[in-house]
Amino acid sequence: MFTPNLWRFRRFPDAAPEILRLQREMNRLFSNAEQSTPHDFPAVNIWEDAVSAFVTAELPGIDPEKLDIEVTGDILTLSGTSRVETLKEGETYLRQERVQGGFKRKIQLSFPVDAKNVEAHYEKGILSIKLPRLKESLPKKIKIN
Amino acid sequence: MSEKELHKTENIAVTERIRNIKTFVPQVDIYETKDSLFLIADMPGVDEKTVDIELNKNILTIVGNVCPEVIKDKTMVYSEYEIGDYERSFTLSDEIDREKICATVKNGVLHLELPKAEKVKPKKIAIKAA
Repeated sequence: MFTPNLWRFRRFPDAAPEILRLQREMNRLFSNAEQSTPHDFPAVNIWEDAVSAFVTAELPGIDPEKLDIEVTGDILTLSGTSRVETLKEGETYLRQERVQGGFKRKIQLSFPVDAKNVEAHYEKGILSIKLPRLKESLPKKIKIN
Repeated sequence: MSEKELHKTENIAVTERIRNIKTFVPQVDIYETKDSLFLIADMPGVDEKTVDIELNKNILTIVGNVCPEVIKDKTMVYSEYEIGDYERSFTLSDEIDREKICATVKNGVLHLELPKAEKVKPKKIAIKAA
C-alpha cells in the first residue's frame, strides 16, 4: 500500500501541494483519460514543525465516537465508518454522491510519535490530530571538540 | 467506492471570487419522502454562520465559505486536498413549498428540507358507495 513519503518534499515545503497536484494531473492524463483514479480515503494534509506533525482530514458528518485513531511507532491509522443511512419504506434516492461505508488508512510519518500525548479534535467535519515527536528521536546537537 | 469521485471536484462553472480561493462542488445526496425532498451536502469546514442558501426564482443555490486556517511556523509536507469555498445550484420544480424550506448544519454537513407543496402531495380519494 502507498504511504506518503514525507522526505521527498523536505526541501521544497511550499511547492509540495502544487507539485503533488501536478503529479496527479499528469497521472490522470496518461492513465485512462475518462476514468477517475481511485484515491485513498480520507484525504489528508500534513504539516510539520520541529517537534510535532499535524494531520488534518476532511470527514464530514461522522460520529467522533466511531472514529478510531491509533498510533504505533511512526504509523498513524485512521479507521471508522462514515454514516450509513438507510431509508425508510416509501423513500427513494434521487441522487447519491456522498461517500458511505467503512474506511481504514495508514499514514507513515517521518518520525516515531509519542503516542501518549497525541491530541485529536473534530470540528465542522474536519479532523485534526497533533502528533508530538518522541523525545528520544529528537535531533541531538553534537559538539565539535 | 472506487467508481465514485472520492475527492473534491472543482466547480469551474461558477463565477470567480474576488478573493483568491478555489470553489468546489459539494457532494450531495437527495432523497424523496411522501411529504418532502431532503438534500444533504458534504461541506467540511463550514458552520451555520458561513453557509448561505439562496432561492432565486427556480434556482436554489447553496454556498459555503471556508476561511483557510492560517498555520504559522509549520511547513506543509504532504497534501491531498485543497481548501476552498463550496457552491452548487439546483433547479427546483414548482412542487416545492418555498416558504417552508429549512436548513441545518452539523459537523460540516448541510441538511436541507424542501417540503412539497400541499397541492402536489398524493391524495387518497375516497370512494363512495353508489
